[in-house]
Order: sequence, then structure tokens, then C-alpha cells
Amino acid sequence: MPKLTVKGLVYHHFGPFDLIIEEGETVSLSGSSGAGKSLLLRALADIDPHDGEVLLNGEFCQSWSAPEWRRRVALLPAESQWWHDTVGEHFQGSLAQEMLMAMGFDGNVMSWSITRLSSGEKQRLAILRLLQNKPKVLLLDEPTANLDPENSKRVENLFLNYQHKHGTAILWVTHDFEQGRRLGGRHYRIENGRLDLVVSGDKA
Amino acid sequence: MNVIPLTAFDLLLTSLSVIFLALLSLPLRLEIAGQIVVAALRTTVQLLLIGFILKWLFTSAGPGWIAVLSVFMLLNAGREVSRRQKRKFKGLWGFGIGTLSMFLTSFPMVIFTLTVVINNQPWYEPRYAIPLLGMLLGNTMNGVSLGFDRLLHNVWQQRQIIENRLMLGETWFEALTEIRRESIRSGLMPTINAMMAAGIVSLPGMMTGQILAGSPPLEAVKYQVLIMFLIGSGSGFGTIAAVSLGARRLFDSRQRLHLERLT
Repeated sequence: MPKLTVKGLVYHHFGPFDLIIEEGETVSLSGSSGAGKSLLLRALADIDPHDGEVLLNGEFCQSWSAPEWRRRVALLPAESQWWHDTVGEHFQGSLAQEMLMAMGFDGNVMSWSITRLSSGEKQRLAILRLLQNKPKVLLLDEPTANLDPENSKRVENLFLNYQHKHGTAILWVTHDFEQGRRLGGRHYRIENGRLDLVVSGDKA
Repeated sequence: MNVIPLTAFDLLLTSLSVIFLALLSLPLRLEIAGQIVVAALRTTVQLLLIGFILKWLFTSAGPGWIAVLSVFMLLNAGREVSRRQKRKFKGLWGFGIGTLSMFLTSFPMVIFTLTVVINNQPWYEPRYAIPLLGMLLGNTMNGVSLGFDRLLHNVWQQRQIIENRLMLGETWFEALTEIRRESIRSGLMPTINAMMAAGIVSLPGMMTGQILAGSPPLEAVKYQVLIMFLIGSGSGFGTIAAVSLGARRLFDSRQRLHLERLT
């Protein structure tokens, strides 16, 4: 049973697209800006209206309530938002120390004020916040675009460790050709309303 | 009742101050001279009209006409609510939600007051019913407009935050918690402030009018307190209803934010 199945997906004026991502598989996606990458992720997370079928473990999107679906099929937007005063208010309960350490934070970060966070810190915290929901599918919109090489590496490792542990399917939007290669697996390009397989990866 | 009658000349004399304000706004480039004049004229004409209508209602009209006037007042309040929004719902949604919220709160409260509290015979006697409804509608309209405007403005500005919260699995209701709270509060503040300041800063208009017309001050005060309670709670309930209904209209059945429903 594939983790994520997309059949005849149409959103805005894009599609129809078909895509299957297996358990534990990473698929990377590139395309020029405005080609519909971010909108594809939004449609998959059911944030935007769409036609066609999206299934998780063979079950239709509609068989879950929208919040339940979004917790399982989790979208990390290119720019994270913060609405409370401190970091900790955005997290439910406490976070495992090793997760914080893996992202280069100490335990005090939860009491930090949002205003003092750099864009890189915001991004790394947004990732931890998203993983708290224990998603089954990750939709990542250029998660390392604002990060230096060291932190990009941290983020990649964190996602791959999480995937290794939980068998998560990952759809990873990246402009970085090297990153696409490091991630391995299939690579798609979205262009002129078409979704083309450009690298078929080691395992299909 | 020993009120000194005002003549047309008296009103003309006072209108000079409004004309002076309009003239003063010209060199200050406020660009509202036209609006001041139009507003002053509208106030005169509209109040004269309602004066004639009330005179006729009090003497000869039955309950049917009282109902017609009530609905007319309600629809105008609804139109005013949708007119005052910077961001509006497309179509008739803003008007509909505003009107429904005011209807659901103002009408039951006025009917309750007339039948249980004042206990008049017949309960719909226009001398009580129309002014009570007018005051309640006017204040509820202010609360609903403010709360609604704040809701739509904040949702528009914070759409990325709302969507990020949805992405994290919050319901639409959770994702709007702070905005809804703030919108309802802003709709309620004017009435709370009015109750706080009543008697020590301002003498409410209704009470002033009653005293000018010769009522004993304590009787006027009792009516004013009744009115304050009514408009305080009425505008509060109305604002809560309008903000809740408006917030729901911004999302579809899959809890997606639809800002294209606004202009």
C-alpha cells in the first residue's frame, strides 16, 4: 500500500497530476517559480480546493476531518508564521531534548521571545513544531532555502532520521540540484502544467 | 410637560455652527465639507420624516404598521453595517449576517422589555416600542460594525498566520481564537465605555431629552439605566453573533480560508 497516492489531481489551472510516494520514500520536486510547486503542496494538504483523488495509506482525504488530514499530511510552508509572544506557546507540552539538540538549540529556547529569532532559527523551530504532530507524509516547501550549509545539513539529517524511524513519505521541493542528489530517490520537474519524471532514482 | 417649543428659526440659528465647521474644513483641506453639509441635511430630513411618521403611528396606526417600521429600521441598520466595512463580503453576505445578528438580539430583547418589564397595554404601543427598538438597534449596529470590521481586517492581514495554523492541524475555530476575541472586544468597548462614563462625564441623550421635556430626573434616570442595560447586553450579543457567523463564512466545509469571498 503506497503511503501517498495522487490520482488526477487538478488545482487552480494545474494538472491533472498522478503521483505515488511509497512508505519511507523521498521524492524531490523542482520547477521555476510560478510553476505551481507550492500550490501543489497546498492542494495535497487540503489547504486549497482541488479535484481528483488524494489518498493516505489507501484512504481518501475526505474520510478524515480536515485538521486530522493536515496533521497526517503535513505541509511546511516556505515562510513560517509565529503568533504568540514566546516560542514555547507554539508547542504542545514539552519537546524531546534530543530533537532540540539535533537542531542546535538548548532547553531555554522555549522561553525565547519570537522577536529575537533569526529567520534560520524560525525555520528550524517550525520544523520541530511540525514534527510534533507525528505526520505520516511530509510536504516540504524549500525547507533549507534560508539556512547556512551547516544548518541545512542538520535539517536534512533530522528529516531523514524521522523518516527512517516512522517510514514517512516525503515530497521535498528544492532548487538545489546537489540537495536533490543527496536526498536520492526520484526527482520530478513541474513545468508548463506538466509533472515530469527527470530522475528515476535507484529504487522505483 | 412644560417644554419650551423650538421654532424653525431656532434650528436655523444652530445650523450656523455646522456651516461654520464646513467652511473651516475648506482651508484645512479636510475634504469633508460636502459630507458635513449632506450629513446635516440628512439628519434634518430623516428626523423630520420620522417625526411625522411617529405622530401618525402614535395616534392612528395598528400593529401592522409598527412591524413595517421596525423592519424598515432593521434593514437600514443592516445596510449601514455593510457600508461601514473596509473589507466587505462579496454579495449580500455582509448585509445578511449583520441584519440577522441584529434581528436575533434586538427584537427579542425589546419584546421582553415591553411585555415583562414595562408591561404596557397593548405591549406594542409605539410610544415605547419604536424608541426602545431604535436605541437598541443604533447601538447594536455600532458594535456589530466595529466587531465585523475588525474581524475582516485582521483576517485579511493575518491570512498567512491563519493558514499556517490550519496546516498544523488547528480547526478554523482555533485558528481564529485571538482574532475573534479581539473583534468582539472592540465591538463591546464603546458601550462599556459609555456605561463607565455615564453620569460622571456624559449625560446620556435619552435622559437629557426626558429631563428637558419635563420628566422628574429620577424617573429619567431609571429609564436610562434600563436602556444602558439593554444596549450593553444587546450590542454584546449582536456583536458575538455577527463575528461568529462572519468567521464561519470565511471557511468552507473542509476548513479552508476563502479570502476571495471578500473584496
